[in-house]
Formats: sequence, structure tokens, C-alpha cells
Amino acid sequence: MPSLSPVSARLMRFSMLLPLAAMLGGCDWVVLNPAGDVARQQADLVVISTVLMLLIIVPVMALTVWFAWHYRASNKAARYEPEWNHSTQLELVIWSAPLLIIIALGAVTWVGTHLLDPYRSLARIDKERPLHPETEPMEVNVVALDWKWLFIYPEQGIATVNELVLPVDRPVRFRITASSVMNSFYAPALAGQIYAMPGMETKLHAVLNKTGNFAGFSANYSGAGFSDMRFALRGVEAGKFEEWARKVRAGSQGLDRETYLKLERPSEKEPVRHFATVAPDLFDAVVNLCVRPGKMCMSQMMALDEQGGTGKAGMLNLAALTYDKNGREQISAILPGDQIAASQAFIKALCADNSPLRARSAEVGAPEDLAPLRGANLPSPARPDAAEGGRLSLAAPAPAKSPVS
Amino acid sequence: MTSQDQHWSMLFGRLSLESLPLHEPIIVATFAAVALGGAALVGALTWFRLWGYLWREWFTSVDHKKIGIMYMVLGLVMFLRGFADAVMMRIQQAIAFNGSEGYLNSHHYDQVFTAHGVIMIFFVAMPFVTGLMNYVVPLQIGARDVSFPFLNNFSFWMTTAGAVLVMASLFVGEFAQTGWLAYPPLSGIAYSPGVGVDYYIWALQIAGVGTTLSGINLIATIVKMRAPGMTMMRMPVFTWTSLCTNVLIVASFPVLTAVLALLSLDRYVGTNFFTNDFGGSPMMYVNLIWIWGHPEVYILILPIFGVFSEVTATFCGKRLFGYSSMVYATVVITILSYLVWLHHFFTMGSGASVNSFFGITTMVISIPTGAKLFNWLFTMYRARIRFDLPMMWTVAFMLTFVIGGMTGVLLAVPPADFVLHNSLFLIAHFHNVIIGGVVFGVFAAINYWWPKAFGFRLDPFWGKISFWCWVVGFWLAFTPLYVMGLMGVTRRLRVFDDPSLQIWFVIAAIGAGLIACGIAAMLIQYAVSIIRRDQLRDESGDPWNGRTLEWATSSPPPNYNFAFTPVVHDLDAWDEMKRAGAPRPAGNFRAIHMPKNTGAGIILAGISTVCGFALIWHIWWLAGVSLAALLITAIAHTFNYARDFHIPAETVAETEAERARQLAALKGAAA
Amino acid sequence: MSIAPAAAAVTDADLTARYYDLDEHDHPEGGSTMLGFWIYLMSDLLIFAMLFATFGVLGANYAAGPGPRDLFDLPLVALNTSMLLFSSITYGFAMLAMQKGVVRQTQLWLVITGLFGAAFLGIELYEFAHLIHEGATPQRSAFLSAFFTLVGTHGLHVTFGLIWLVVLLVQVEQRGLIPANRRRLMCLSLFWHFLDVVWIGVFTFVYLMGMLR
Repeated sequence: MPSLSPVSARLMRFSMLLPLAAMLGGCDWVVLNPAGDVARQQADLVVISTVLMLLIIVPVMALTVWFAWHYRASNKAARYEPEWNHSTQLELVIWSAPLLIIIALGAVTWVGTHLLDPYRSLARIDKERPLHPETEPMEVNVVALDWKWLFIYPEQGIATVNELVLPVDRPVRFRITASSVMNSFYAPALAGQIYAMPGMETKLHAVLNKTGNFAGFSANYSGAGFSDMRFALRGVEAGKFEEWARKVRAGSQGLDRETYLKLERPSEKEPVRHFATVAPDLFDAVVNLCVRPGKMCMSQMMALDEQGGTGKAGMLNLAALTYDKNGREQISAILPGDQIAASQAFIKALCADNSPLRARSAEVGAPEDLAPLRGANLPSPARPDAAEGGRLSLAAPAPAKSPVS
Repeated sequence: MTSQDQHWSMLFGRLSLESLPLHEPIIVATFAAVALGGAALVGALTWFRLWGYLWREWFTSVDHKKIGIMYMVLGLVMFLRGFADAVMMRIQQAIAFNGSEGYLNSHHYDQVFTAHGVIMIFFVAMPFVTGLMNYVVPLQIGARDVSFPFLNNFSFWMTTAGAVLVMASLFVGEFAQTGWLAYPPLSGIAYSPGVGVDYYIWALQIAGVGTTLSGINLIATIVKMRAPGMTMMRMPVFTWTSLCTNVLIVASFPVLTAVLALLSLDRYVGTNFFTNDFGGSPMMYVNLIWIWGHPEVYILILPIFGVFSEVTATFCGKRLFGYSSMVYATVVITILSYLVWLHHFFTMGSGASVNSFFGITTMVISIPTGAKLFNWLFTMYRARIRFDLPMMWTVAFMLTFVIGGMTGVLLAVPPADFVLHNSLFLIAHFHNVIIGGVVFGVFAAINYWWPKAFGFRLDPFWGKISFWCWVVGFWLAFTPLYVMGLMGVTRRLRVFDDPSLQIWFVIAAIGAGLIACGIAAMLIQYAVSIIRRDQLRDESGDPWNGRTLEWATSSPPPNYNFAFTPVVHDLDAWDEMKRAGAPRPAGNFRAIHMPKNTGAGIILAGISTVCGFALIWHIWWLAGVSLAALLITAIAHTFNYARDFHIPAETVAETEAERARQLAALKGAAA
Repeated sequence: MSIAPAAAAVTDADLTARYYDLDEHDHPEGGSTMLGFWIYLMSDLLIFAMLFATFGVLGANYAAGPGPRDLFDLPLVALNTSMLLFSSITYGFAMLAMQKGVVRQTQLWLVITGLFGAAFLGIELYEFAHLIHEGATPQRSAFLSAFFTLVGTHGLHVTFGLIWLVVLLVQVEQRGLIPANRRRLMCLSLFWHFLDVVWIGVFTFVYLMGMLR
């Protein structure tokens, strides 16, 4: 609810967990107590919604038990009115009470969903620290492979398998895709999950606020090796991160397209691996399913489709577009050279170049001014700066800036 | 390929001796047990010469009551299979720690969780719910049968055919390893080249035909065959919820049919609906399947809401509080259930406005649902509540379901869903509503209507043992899942590397063990009740002092249900008739027009099973032959015009006179 | 509830008559058939709705291959459409003949309907064969998958309608226009017109709007 301050939300969370605390002291409630600001706000929302609903659930449960006990058949002292079956006042109450709760929850949902949209760039590092609007987030590209995670750091020019190292308090923009089937990229300590899908790109903005070792995994079943498709999430100080990146860059193995194609083959329980260099455009080629030589990039295909296709000339253009139609076994087999050459010639005839285009940005900017979102654009007569005090716990305190372009 | 291989594959498609899991000790043992049990059953049936009886009186019967009972038996049998899957998962997850791989490899484990979901939804919950509607609705509206009695028989056998295919996958080949909704591209031919997904597709397609037809049938029945005087707003609540459920069935199962057909085209023909290449879109499948999938949830729960309404009113000895708001709530839920499907995949990246729209519509459903709960609550207010088993299940439902509802609304908040989606919290949530709602409701219904179906009550002692095992076992099994969901544990995991989780899985396994005791007690309850049926006999036909028309006839009802159709003047029709002291008609019986039994349904469904099997294994000649046979049998059936007969007036008179003697004796004994 | 006050004056026989329908007659057989069949048609319509939706979503995914303008032969499709429209009209004449109770005339119109239906199917199959021969197979692109499935499902329905029509011709021959057969003819009539309406959707959304893309 808009009136809930972060403090009271924290209090409620605390009081709710109190009875369980003794029993669960040793447990890691990572979802409710995460290390990243985005997950933190999502956890707050879990607690706020639960408390809101308990307002009606607890009385209902109490009444159920009370009525069941009091009006038992053996209690002849209780009133019995077999014909009583309607009361307009009661009907009003039983429809309006849940309605009011849902109106409150709906408002929280609308605001929370927009503010915590994974596509939206961050406006704060944590509750206390707003983000300077000029700050560019660090970019990490994520590929869900069968069955391991590939992380590409374009700025650092390095890549890792099954290990995600992040500098704390630095906002990160993840661009996420998958090589073959649907997965879900989820590190509970960092932020909520988002699907990783082949031939498509999803985004997630997040920031890690604490150093330490955390876990990440796929949260969407993706086949035999799914259980072991886990990665280590390490939060380190900014300086340590640079040091780590330097160390990785000093390694000998690079990730070129051929290495990627080998890596892409199904395998389970992959150990952590580092790559000192990454082929340019590799991630965009992965998203566009054109890492393998001779394949037409999806972006090119879609551009051609937008012009109405290629007419009957393109009818038999199959090899350049077949990605996994013939089964995983044949994905791994390298095509014979002449086929590749034929495909490439064909693609060249159709499109000027076959470089993967970067997906058009579906990004949403950080909120410039939260007042419209809260529906409270007008200053309160009593306290002109009331918006400051009653700030929604989910919302980042955005610095005053020029209006949204 | 040698020519011998070619001959083999032409004759048997993909089927070969390797398809039989002879190298899997667990499956061989299961198969041996099933084969022995099956042989014993077949032997016993043959020995006691029961085949003819079963064929004449049950398999070919078009009597809605017998078909309803057969649905319940199917649900129960499949429930045992689905529960065995659940126990296997619980054991695997309780031991696969500290480097242990458990006892199931991923090939098996992934089949087990897929089969568990598919079986529990399609072949347990659906038959239970359809069975209840089939048995009760015609009696409640004072009808003699459903609108299309043959279609009813056919629907039942098609559902059974689907179940047979799922069971066959256990011993011949494999089942899908995709999760119960088989998302592509994983379920596409590129990533699931085996027969598993094909078993899934054809089992659901064949059963889906049955479900859709049964939905059409019950809508027509409720709309057209109500007793005189029973206006829409005098229909019992169970009939109302059944009507809404069947509307949902007819308006959602075709979507499932279409989407599975597209998936099978992708797999069989090589089209590109849901593939990665050639412009296919897996996201399309996810949307389409949930456009069916969400209404499906309400298909299961709405009739159960009806059951609880009937039970509450009866055992409170009181009219249901807020009948009209109950009806409106049901209708509102029916409509809203089509506007929420996207909440199953907020994490696909649809954008904040779309996500909040679907989140809020989902929450809005909780308003009519809440109103229903309040209505039951206020029916208990100033009542005389008799705590027989049906009412015990109802109170347990009310206390359990609110928690499940609450966690459901929580999951409808998109940012909260981002951290809880696909987690064990989600698993705990939907088991909380499906077990706490549908399963508890089915048990309430079985205890409530059993005396009507068989003429004797169920033994309360074993019923109470079952009740307590179930309720305690449920909370023991699923509270740890809620907890682990908040600890960030996702679903469908086979092995774990965090040893601190093990204790929670052990607790959950103990809970599952307690539920197993509950199921055992339930089976004992049925057995004990059948053995002690003379002590538990109810001759009144109205053991609970019921309020609706099904209690107006004898238990079990004669095959024509009512010698004279009752005329309805009030909502609680039978209650009013009892208070008015309306005597039963004693003479002037007429011949009653009834539908004839037919074997066409079971034959058509049998051929469909063969056809499905042939398609799964790519035995093309057999698929062609069985398809042709299907068409010819169906056409031949339409040449049979003699589908009805009259029960002679004398037979009706005799049956009714016997019933009158029975009631008079009962009255005498009471006086 | 008006029974209580008058209770003294009411005899048992009156009560029985109040609460039981004592002179009930056999319900006419098949009283719910038309309603049931209508509901079935609506469920079938949903299948088509899903296929239309799929075509709507995937219909522009040519996968760098041919689009509608490269493939569709509108005059041929227009001819095809007219076949189906004519068949609906002739089915209407069959129903008029049935109302008059003239067996031969009914059968004649049914046969003509069947011939138009067969012509429709023939042209559709020719179109499909031609497309496949050119290389525009259902496997070529999501657009073609959706196209073949939507149009093919409609064609499959027409095929079943034709089989049904032949069966009914035989049954009318055997038993004449008895109520059961009239009911069946009514159902097939609904089915046939339903397919006509669906085809108008196909013609508009797939062919005409495809050419405008």
C-alpha cells in the first residue's frame, strides 16, 4: 500500500517470520532476504501482499473454526434458524471486503510491476543511493546452453561458463538468450527470473549489493541435464572484479565460433571455465541462430520477411535456415564444405551482408518522476513535500531530471 | 538398412523388442505385479462368469448412473498410479543429496514428474469431476438420463482409451520427458525424438474428444431436461456449477485439441508452428496451451464448489446462505477464467502493462471466490451442524483452501511471481488448491453420495482415519515446499547440492507417507463398508435429510430414476416436498421411454486406442486400417435406428410397489 | 411457498399432483439434438478460431521464402469459393424439398450439393498439389504451415461433410424422410452452412488480405 513505509514493511516481515525464526534460524531464506536491490524490492512486495491478504484470511479462518464449533449439532444452546438465508448487509460486506483488499493490492501490483519491470533500467543502487542518470550499466550476455550457462562480458572481452562474477553496487544489464530450448535465468539473491528462449532476447536489469557466493540456476525444465544446470554467482568489490577480469584475460583459451559450437553440444555438470577472448558479435550471432557458417541470421530473415519474403526464388532455400530441424545429433555434425559454400552464396545473393543485427531495444527507461505512477501528482496542501515522506517502498527515489523524452 | 530391418519397420514402425524396458528392474517388477494382478482379475472374472454381466450391465450401459460410477472407478485406479509417481518423486528428492544420484536417472525421473501431472489432471481429477456430474446432475434436475446417452458412454470410453495409452507407455516405450504441458521446442521432434511426447499427444487427444463430447452432453441436459418448475434460479448449486464447468469444457478443450494438433503436425509432418527455425514461435504454444490450461483449473474446482454448497446446506440443516450471489459468483468466475492465462508466464517478458493487466484480472477472481467462501461460512451461522464425514471434509477444505487462495493471489503479483515462479512455492500453491479443493471435495462427495449410489453408507471409522491422515499428511508434505520455495528451490530438480535442504524433503516424504496411509484407510473404508453393507444399509433413500431431488428417489435409484417426474416449486425442492408431506404416486404408472444399451462406444474407443498406438509407433498401415475401421464403425452405428425401448408400465408398477413396501416397513420400524 | 395455509383443505391426491407430473408423455426423441449440435459447432468454431489466431500470428513469417502474393491464384480461389457458396444454396433447396416431404427432390438437391462440394475439394487439392510441386510445402515456413493447416482443416471438414452426405442419401433412400432422418439432414445443413461461413473467413483473411500484405 502506498502508505506503507519501508520500515513498517520491514517490521511486518520481521513479525511474520518471528514464530518460524527459531525453527528456521539455520536456513537461507534467500528469496526474502536477498543480496540485490531488485530482489529486495520483490521480496518486500511478497511480504506486503501477504500481509494485505492476511487481513481477510485470518478472520475468515477464525470465524470458520468458531462457527464450526459453536453451531455443532450437540450444542442445543446455539441459535438455529433454518430459514435464514439472506442478508443484504452481509452480502454487501462479503463482496466489498475482498474488493477493497484487491483494489489495494491491484494498485500495489500496477505500480510494482512497472517499477520492477526487468526491462527497465535501474534508478537506484539501493534504498539509500540513487543512481546517477548518466551511469551506463555493465552489460553481461547470458546464453542458456544444454545444460550449462555461458556468460559473455562484452566490455571486458571475456566469457565464463557456469560462473557469474559481478562487481557489487554496479548496475548490470543482462541480455539473455538460449541455444536450443526454453530455460529461465534465475539467481534468487540477485533478482527475479526471466525466460531464456532460443532465437529471442530477453533483458534483465539488476544490481548486487553484497559481496559473497550465491547460487543461480535454470528455473524452467529443459531436459535431461536440467538438475545440474547451475552456476555460481560471486559478488566482489569493484577493484577485485577488475583484477579477476584481468586474470581471465590473461588465460590462453579464447571463445571463437568453433569453440562455441563445440561448447553448445549437450553436456552435463560442466566445470567452471574461462575464456580470455570472445569472437566479436558472438552473442548476437547466438541470438540470431547464425553462429554456424552458412546459416542465415534470423534478423536478416526477418528483414526479408518484412519486405514480403523473397518470392519463388527463395522457395528451396532450406539449408541456410535449418537450425535444429534434423535433431540435435546433426546440429553437432559440421556440414560438408560445399554445402556451406552454397548456402553462403545463396545468402549473399539475398542480402548484402549476413551480420546479426542487434535486437531492437525493448528497454524502458528508469522512471523520471514517480508521482504520476502513484496517481498523486498534486502536492498535498498540508505538506508540499509529502511525496518524499510517503514514498512507496518499492520506488526508487529518482533524482529530478528533465521530462521523459 | 537391411531388407529384414525394412520389413520389420514396415510392419511394426518404431516398435521393437528394445522398446520394452526389459533392462529396467523397477519397471519389470512393476510390470510383473501388474500382469499378475491383471491375470488374477481376469481369472476371477472368468471363474465367476462375470464377463457377460459386466458387458451387458456396465460396459455397454448408457445409464448415466453406471457411467458416473465407472468414471469414479477410472479416477480411483489412475489416482493410485499418479500417487505412486508422487511417492517415487518424494523418495528421490529425499535421498539425492551429498553427491548421491538417488535411485532414478533423469530419463526416469523426468518421465515420472511428467506422468504425475498428466495423470492427476486428465485421468484422475477430470474423471472424478465428470463422474460426479454424470451421476448427480440428472438426478438433481429430475431427469431420467442425459440428453445423449450413447454419447455419454462413448465419452467415458474415450477417456479410458487415453488412460490406457498413458498406462501402456509405462511398459512399451516411454512417456514424455517434458513436464505436463510439453512446452516446445523441448517437446518438438528435434529435442524429443522418442515416442514419449507422441504418447502424451495421442492420450490427451483421444481423452479430449471424450471430455468435449461429455461437456456438450451435460450442457444440453441441464438446459433441456430440467423437471417442470425448475427455473434457472431454482437449480441446485451443484447443477449450476456443473453447467458453468461444462460451458468451460466446451469453450476450452477445443483449444487444447487445436494446439496439440499443431504440435503433432510439427512432429509428424515437419511443419514450423513451434520450432526455432523457419519462423516458428514456441511462445505461441505457451499462450495457446494456457488459454486452455487456466479454464481447466476452474473446470476442476467449480463442480467441487457445488459439492461443498450441497454438503454445507444439508449438514447445517439450513438453506444455503446467499444462493443468488453464489450463482453470480460462479458465472463471474467462469467468464474471468478466460482473462488470466498470461499469469502462468509473467516471466516471458511481455512488458509491465500486459503483466499487470493479467495480474489484476487474476486477483479479481478472488473476489467471487471469496464471496463463495463467505456464503458457506454464513450457512454455518445459526445452523445445527452435523459433523459427518462430508462436513468434516468441507471444514478442512475451507481452512486449507483459503491458504492456497492466498498464495495464489500472491503469485498473481508479477514482481512476486518473478521470484516464486516455477519454484516449490508454486508447487505447494497448486497442490494446496487442488488437493485442498478438488481432492477433499471429491472425498466429501464420495462420502455424501455413496449411499445414494449403493444403498448403504460408508464406514465412518475408517473414513475418519483417512480424513486425519490426509489433512495432516497434506500439511506435512506441502509446508516444506512453501518453505523451500522461499529458499529459492525450483521445481523438477532431481539432485541437490545443498545438504541443508534435505531435512525439508524428508519431512515432505513423511507427509507423503501419511497421505499413503490416508489412501490405504480410504480403500479399507470402501472394503469394510461393502462387507458390512447390511449394517450400514439405508433404505430411506435420504440418509442425510437432504434437500435436493436426488434424495427423492430410492437408493440406488431405479434405472428410470423417477417413476413420475417431480414438479419443482422451490429451490430446495425435496426439502419442500418433505415438509409438505407429498405422498408418492401409488398408481397409474406409465410405460417409461428409455435408451437402449449399445456396444458402439467401447468398440469405437477400442479402435481409437489401436489407432493412437499405431500413430505413436509410426505403424502406418495399422493407423490407416484402424482409421478406416473407426469411420466404418461410426457409419454403421448411424444405421441403427432402434435405439430406444419402453419399460412396461407393469414393471414400473412392481418396482414402485416394492419401494412403497420398503418405505412402509421403515416407517413401521421407526414408530 | 403457498402450501402451508391451505394444508387442511388439501388432500393427499392434490399434493401428489402438485409435486409430481402425473400425466407426462414421452419426450419427443432427439429434443436436445439441435441444441447439442449447435454447441458442438461452436466448439468446432473454436478450433478454427485457434487456427485463425495462429495464422494471424505466424502468417507473415515467410522465412525468407515466398509470400502470399507469390503463391495465391485469386481467380482460382474465387472459383473455388463460388463452388462452396453454390453448394450452400443447393443445400437450402434440399431442405425446402424436405419440408415439402418430397424424397426424390431432396435427394437430387443433395447430390448436386455433393457435386459442388466435391468440385470445391478437387480445386483445393489441385491448388495444394500445385503449391507443393513448386516447393511451397507446409514445411517451408511458418506462414505456409499455418496456411496449409487452416485451409486443410476446412477441407477435411468438407470431406467429412461429403461422407456424411452420402450416408444420409442412403439412409433417406432406405427409410424416407422420417423424423430421425429429417433431424440428421438439419444437422448436416447446419454443418454445411457453418463450413461456408468459415470459408468466407478463410477467403477474406487468408487470401484477400494476404494479397494486400
